[in-house]
Amino acid sequence: MAEATYPDDLLYHAEHDWARVDDDTATLGITWYAQDALGEVVFFDPPDVGTTITKGESYAEVESVKAVSDVIAPMSGEIVEVNMALGDNPETINDDPYGEGWMVRIRMSDASETESLMDVAAYTATLE
Amino acid sequence: MGAVSPAGTLRRTPLFDRHEAAGAKLVPFAGWEMAVQYPEGIRAEHLAVRGAAGVFDVSHMGQIETNGPGARDLLQRLLTNDVDRLAVGGAQYALLCHEGGGVLDDLFTYRLAPDHYLTVTNAANHDKDLAWFRTQAQAVDGAEVQDAHDRYAMLAVQGPGAREIVQAMADAPLPARMHTARRVLGGHSVLVCGTGYTGEDGVELLADPHDAVALWDEIVHRGAAPAGLAARDTLRLEVCFHLYGNDLTEERGPIEAGLGWACKEATGFIGAQAVHAVREAGPAQRLVAFRLTGPGIARQGNPIEGGGEVTSGTFSPSLEVGIGMAYVPAQHATVGTELQIDVRGRARSAVVAEKPLYHH
Repeated sequence: MAEATYPDDLLYHAEHDWARVDDDTATLGITWYAQDALGEVVFFDPPDVGTTITKGESYAEVESVKAVSDVIAPMSGEIVEVNMALGDNPETINDDPYGEGWMVRIRMSDASETESLMDVAAYTATLE
Repeated sequence: MGAVSPAGTLRRTPLFDRHEAAGAKLVPFAGWEMAVQYPEGIRAEHLAVRGAAGVFDVSHMGQIETNGPGARDLLQRLLTNDVDRLAVGGAQYALLCHEGGGVLDDLFTYRLAPDHYLTVTNAANHDKDLAWFRTQAQAVDGAEVQDAHDRYAMLAVQGPGAREIVQAMADAPLPARMHTARRVLGGHSVLVCGTGYTGEDGVELLADPHDAVALWDEIVHRGAAPAGLAARDTLRLEVCFHLYGNDLTEERGPIEAGLGWACKEATGFIGAQAVHAVREAGPAQRLVAFRLTGPGIARQGNPIEGGGEVTSGTFSPSLEVGIGMAYVPAQHATVGTELQIDVRGRARSAVVAEKPLYHH
């Protein structure tokens, strides 16, 4: 997508990741800024369902033509679902980073971690 | 190009404003602030060059002029290829080696007149090459070496439609592949070279820096897509052209790099004995092209099981698979050999493939 967008219903992590919290689960992905900095994504290497991820640590890799980048977990938890469609169409991460470009869904292990994440105003302020 | 920058700042080509206005991503590269990609993206730029035409600003590349009755003797000492096979109006690829046979640079030389040669250097090596030319010139009578970097902007117009675009601007037929001639393009006198670094037909233009913007605008207006250094890298790697600093270094020689064809030891160039010894004995490692057979993208520096390492690796926009080049033990260099590449701690399968990896 050409225009920068940052939905106001998401929580943001400084490493340019977002989380959409729904009860005790959260859907995770990377922000418009992250996909733009990366360029066209050509490969997404997902973790396995059942893997435990830790806030602030890498849980997956995305590769553009130029470089590989770690995807940093904005929250801790156990992966309950992986967006397998990204295997065949990794460019979805560029086209729709907050929708079809979601990466994993986790069961949160510590709901209080949401308090350390940023709202859209705080996050977009870090981009300026 | 332009004024000398204060220490620590990046130099800019005459086309910098054009790149900025186009929304290019600008990155430091060998001391220059260069366009790595435009908003359309690497894949679109790459495919434009493969399918139609693209234009690259490569004004960071350096030029050295060698003039005088001793010019031929000096270049025959410096360059690994046989300069006597380079006719006036011709182009020749060669390496610059040190006495030990390691590669100092890889470069194209154009013969503009009987005693007048122009050599194009890699930006990162230009100062080193120039010093090496000047040192060696002291031992040769009648050879004058000049730094011509500030006298030229350089544009590469590449792709199956590239010649047609440039021809329509020209006063006379363009020089054929591996030839060079001065032409007037849209009112500007330009040295047109039938060379390139993408595996496509096309030309490289050596122009007065003051004419660069007008030429660029006209070429873009006629349909060439502006393309950045990132697409230049994926294009050259698909056709297995070497990148100095990746696939060529001072620690490795031309034979192991697969560039024995550009070395004519009988000319007695600097490093000829060392190169010849490797040619006779066979190198311990060889540079191979590879293709990933599963998921993943290997990158420069990834180790290979059983020895060797990746020197260039990327995702191929044409083949839509991870590709690259790697030095491997000579016994693993045969086409079809399976390789296990350690990509950030994970074994990825690859196979040694024919060069070039891509052809029409």
